[in-house]
Amino acid sequence: MIAIIDYGAGNLTSVERAVTYLGYDGSITADSETILTAEKVIFPGVGAARATMDNLNTAGIAKVLQAFYKSGKPMLGICIGIQILFDHSEEEDTPCLGLLPGVVKKFDATPTLKVPQIGWNEVYQSQSHPIFHDVPNPAHFYFVNSYYPVPQAASDVIGRATYGVEFCSVVAHQNLIATQFHLEKSGRIGLKMLDNFLRDKG
Amino acid sequence: MKANAALSHTQIDAMITKRIIPCLDVRAGKVTKGIAFQGNIDVGDPVGMARFYYEGGADELVFYDITASNERRDIMIEVVSAVAGEIFIPFSVGGGLRTLDDMRRVLLAGAEKVSIDSGAVRNPQLIAEGAKAFGSQCVVLSMQVKCVPTSDHIPSGYEIYIDGGRRPMGLDAIQWAERGVELGAGEIVVNSIDQDGTKAGYELKLTKAIADRVPVPVIASGGAGNPQHLRDVFVKSNADAAIVASITHYGEFAIGHIKRYLEGAGVPVRNTW
Repeated sequence: MIAIIDYGAGNLTSVERAVTYLGYDGSITADSETILTAEKVIFPGVGAARATMDNLNTAGIAKVLQAFYKSGKPMLGICIGIQILFDHSEEEDTPCLGLLPGVVKKFDATPTLKVPQIGWNEVYQSQSHPIFHDVPNPAHFYFVNSYYPVPQAASDVIGRATYGVEFCSVVAHQNLIATQFHLEKSGRIGLKMLDNFLRDKG
Repeated sequence: MKANAALSHTQIDAMITKRIIPCLDVRAGKVTKGIAFQGNIDVGDPVGMARFYYEGGADELVFYDITASNERRDIMIEVVSAVAGEIFIPFSVGGGLRTLDDMRRVLLAGAEKVSIDSGAVRNPQLIAEGAKAFGSQCVVLSMQVKCVPTSDHIPSGYEIYIDGGRRPMGLDAIQWAERGVELGAGEIVVNSIDQDGTKAGYELKLTKAIADRVPVPVIASGGAGNPQHLRDVFVKSNADAAIVASITHYGEFAIGHIKRYLEGAGVPVRNTW
């Protein structure tokens, strides 16, 4: 079973639909036991870092995610799910999960650069990784974000995109993978990446 | 992405592609236009048409519910749910959304965004409530605009209309766009009543006036007759996206064909899907 973490954020159902479409058993849950016994975990969602972390802490899920990460089983973060992996987000000065060293910064809006970025941006694979199996390089993915992760370890960055600045759009570290873009809304290529995660035996 | 002399600074700064968004009008669960779809598509079937566009490279879809009664709105929710089960690009749903609950139902059924129009003009707080509940990225403010003589109330010479372009509201379009963004709209759709159905091109001046004024993406709508019209609205008016309907619904142009044209003209597009 694939546990899709419910922390009161929006947009969970589209991830569940994509998982179901690909033929896997996904379950939206906030229950610690269910999460810890799942084969894999996906933490998706749209939202603000502060509200997300508050919800995760209040529901006790932050600790569960940290424990799941230590178990070595595969985890996938999407959108806000990539940002909360790091130590800290600039968004409302929010301490995050600290699974990976790094921070989250805001794009600098300029008269010519709209923030949030909304739309399809090109992702370059800066390292090879099983998540990119049969995924064209570069390829376009659907983004909606005002903030972006800045991992401390360059070796954790496996995909990059540019929006005013070049930024990390895919991270991977041991059993953890996360994308800043919505792979569940990025057409067949996004589904292919999701399938690569779901198919992986760990 | 290659820099190109045809592109403004905006488009080079922001590497995101220009979006092409087919709009499907749905009445009581059936698409009301689209007679030229070929192959095995059940003409009128919104899921089939959505799949056709999804496979053909559309970047996003808009469903516009032109059903009148509340009872029939349940049919729209079923359509949204069916589309969301197999179409994995963003799509928005508009038409007759008046309350937070209307918006919630559409989003829970699987739409990425809601598009509010007359409902927001009647009750601007609907924008703020939607943005607070679901996030600005979910709330698209769609506006119907007509060119009028300039006046104290309408300094830009562009006036907001509601109810299918029938009722003038004495509201300046540019001021309304700014107000909508302040209230929390994440994107603005600019429908030109004057250009709609003409196939003579988008309203370039109006689109540019709004795109240059608001800090959120602007989607041009009304008037597309050929691929060059899309190029013009992207390059000359700084639109972030363009809605198409009749030029693609009747098989005159494929999305892929329009994208190849735009790419040749130096406009960044999503070229693999």
